[in-house]
Amino acid sequence: MAVFQWLGISPFGLMAQLLLGLINGSFYAILSLGLAIIFGLLNVINFTHGTLYMMGAYIAWVLLTHFGVNYWWALLLCPLIVGIIGMLIERFLLRRLYQLDHIYGLLLTFGLALVIEGLFINWFGVSGDNYDVPSQLSGGARLSFMYLPYYRIWVIAISLLVCFATWYVIERTRLGSYLRAATENPRLVQAFGINVPLMLTLTFGYGVALAALAGVLAAPVQAITPVMGANTIIVVFAVVVIGGMGSIMGAIVSGIVLGIIEGLTKVFYPVGSAVVIFVIMAIVLLLRPGGLFGRER
Amino acid sequence: MRISRKHVVFIILFLIGLTGPLFQSIVYPVFLMKIWCYALFACAFNLLLGYAGLLSFGHAAFLGSAAYFAGNLMMDYGSTWMTPEVAVIIATLWAALLGLVFGWLAIRRHGIYFAMVTLALAQFIYFLALQMPQFTHGEDGLQGVPRGMFLGLFNLAPDSHMYYFVYGVFVIGFWLTYRTIHSPFGQVLRAIRENEPRAVSLGYHVNRYKLLVFVISAALSGMAGATKTLVFQLASLSDVHWHASGEVVLMTLLGGMGTVWGPVVGAAFVVSLQNYLGVVGSWVTVVTGVIFVLCVLVFRRGIVGEIIEVTRRVRKGRQGADAGATPARSSSSP
Repeated sequence: MAVFQWLGISPFGLMAQLLLGLINGSFYAILSLGLAIIFGLLNVINFTHGTLYMMGAYIAWVLLTHFGVNYWWALLLCPLIVGIIGMLIERFLLRRLYQLDHIYGLLLTFGLALVIEGLFINWFGVSGDNYDVPSQLSGGARLSFMYLPYYRIWVIAISLLVCFATWYVIERTRLGSYLRAATENPRLVQAFGINVPLMLTLTFGYGVALAALAGVLAAPVQAITPVMGANTIIVVFAVVVIGGMGSIMGAIVSGIVLGIIEGLTKVFYPVGSAVVIFVIMAIVLLLRPGGLFGRER
Repeated sequence: MRISRKHVVFIILFLIGLTGPLFQSIVYPVFLMKIWCYALFACAFNLLLGYAGLLSFGHAAFLGSAAYFAGNLMMDYGSTWMTPEVAVIIATLWAALLGLVFGWLAIRRHGIYFAMVTLALAQFIYFLALQMPQFTHGEDGLQGVPRGMFLGLFNLAPDSHMYYFVYGVFVIGFWLTYRTIHSPFGQVLRAIRENEPRAVSLGYHVNRYKLLVFVISAALSGMAGATKTLVFQLASLSDVHWHASGEVVLMTLLGGMGTVWGPVVGAAFVVSLQNYLGVVGSWVTVVTGVIFVLCVLVFRRGIVGEIIEVTRRVRKGRQGADAGATPARSSSSP
C-alpha cells in the first residue's frame, strides 16, 4: 500500500479504472474483431460499425421500454436484427462496389453512418437514455481491495468468450478454412463450388452482429446516445491501425490492451485519457508503420 | 502569353464573381462568402484526393485549428496591430505545419489505412480543442471575432467589403491549386495516383511528393478556415468535428473529384442545401448521408465529371466516331 501512497492514488481508484479499462477494451476488441473479419474478406472498412453498435444499444432499450423484452432476449435479438440489416446493406449496396477502389466502400458506409445517426438523433434526441442492469446481475462483490460489480465481470467474460470462439471458428474449423481461403483467393474458392457471395453476406452480417452485441453489453454501463457509435468507432480505427488487421488474435489483443492502457491513463494523467490511444497510434506509425501484428495489403 | 478560349472563360467567371455584392437583395453576401470559403476548402481537399489519390478523413483538423488560430489572433490583437490578412497568413502557416506532422505520419500507410490514420489524428485535435477551453472557449466557441482593418486601411466590418476580401482569398487559393495541378509536380502526382509502384520505379521520391501535396492541401484548408472565422466572426468545435471532414469529402465527390471546377460546384451545392434545408433542422444530416450514398452508388463522376463526359461523347458523336469504351475514371480537366 505504501507504493500507492507514494504515487498519490488510491488502490480503489486504480482497480476501478483498471476494470473500466478492461470493459472498454472488451468493446474495442469485439468491434475491431468485427472490422477485421469484414475487412479481411470484403476489403471494406465498415464505417457503419460504430453506428450499428449504437443501434444495438438502442434496440435493446426500445425492446425493454416499449415491449417489455428483457435483457437476455435483447442479447439474442439485437445482434440478429442488426445482422439482418447488415446483410441487406451488403447485398443491395456494398456488393455493387467490389470492382472499384476500396475507398468507395468506406465512403458508402460513411454516408450510411450519417443517415442512421441522423435518424436516431431525430427519433431519440441527443440527451441520451439509460438502461438498467438486469436484476440477475445487479449488485457486486465487496473485496478487500475493491468493489466488484457482477455486471462488469459478466461483460468481460462474455466478450472474451465471443472473441475467442470467433477466433477458434476462423482459425481451427473447416468453415473457417473456407473463409481464410476466400480471403486469399475468392475466385479459386468459388471454382471449388463454394458460394462465395453468400459467404460475403454472412460474414458482413456476423461482423455487424458482433457490433450490436457489444452495443447491448454496453447499454447498462454507458449512457445510450446516438453519437456513442461514431465516437467509439474512431478510437477503434486507431486501435485497428495500431494492431494491424492481418490477424484475428492481433485485433482482439490490441483492443483489450489499449482499453487497459486508456483506463490506467485515467488514473495517472486524467486529461490525457481521451487522446492516449491516438498518441500510441502516432508512435506505432513511427516505429512500426505496418502495425504491431500487421501485414498490410 | 497567348490568350486562349480558356483564359477568356476564366476572366469572365472572375468578373461575374466580382459582382456578388450587387445581388444583396437576392442572396445574402454571408451566404456567398460561405460558399467561397468551402469552395477553397474543397479545392484544397480535391488536390489531395482527386490528383494524388489520397483520401484524408481528417481535413477538419486544418480547417478548425486554423479557424481557432485566426480567431484568437484577431480577438487578442485585433484592436491594436493585428490585421486580417496577417491573421489569415499566420493561421495558414500553422495549418501547413500541422499538415507537415500529420502527413509525415499518415503517408506511412496506404489507401484505407491512410484514411483511418488521418481521421484518428483529426479526432486527436478535436479532443485537444475540447480540453483547451482557454484557447477554444469550449462549447461556446470564439464569438464576436473582429474582422479588423485590411492592410490597416479598409474596414471589413461591412459585408460588401468583407466579400471582396474573401473573394480575393478564394481566387488566390484557387489559382494556387490550378497552378499545382497543371505543373510537372501535378503530373507526377497523377502518376502516383494511377500507379504508385511504377512512379517509384521511375525514380520519383513518391513520399516527398505525397508529403508536399499534403502540406499544400492542409495549408489551403487552413486558409479557408481562417477566412471563414472572419466571415462568421466565430470559430467553433463544429469546424474540427469529423462531420466537417465528411462534408468536404461529399463536396468534392458530388462536384466531381479530379476536376478543376468540381469542388467549387460541389461546395456551392452542399452549402445551398444546408442553407435551405435549415428549416428541417436535424434532418440535414440524413439528407447529406443519402446524397453521399447516391453519389457513391450511381454518380461517381460527380456533376462536373458528368458534364465533361457528356461533352466528350457529344464531340465524339459529331466526329462520327464510335463512342465506345469509356475510362473508369475521368482525369481530364476542363
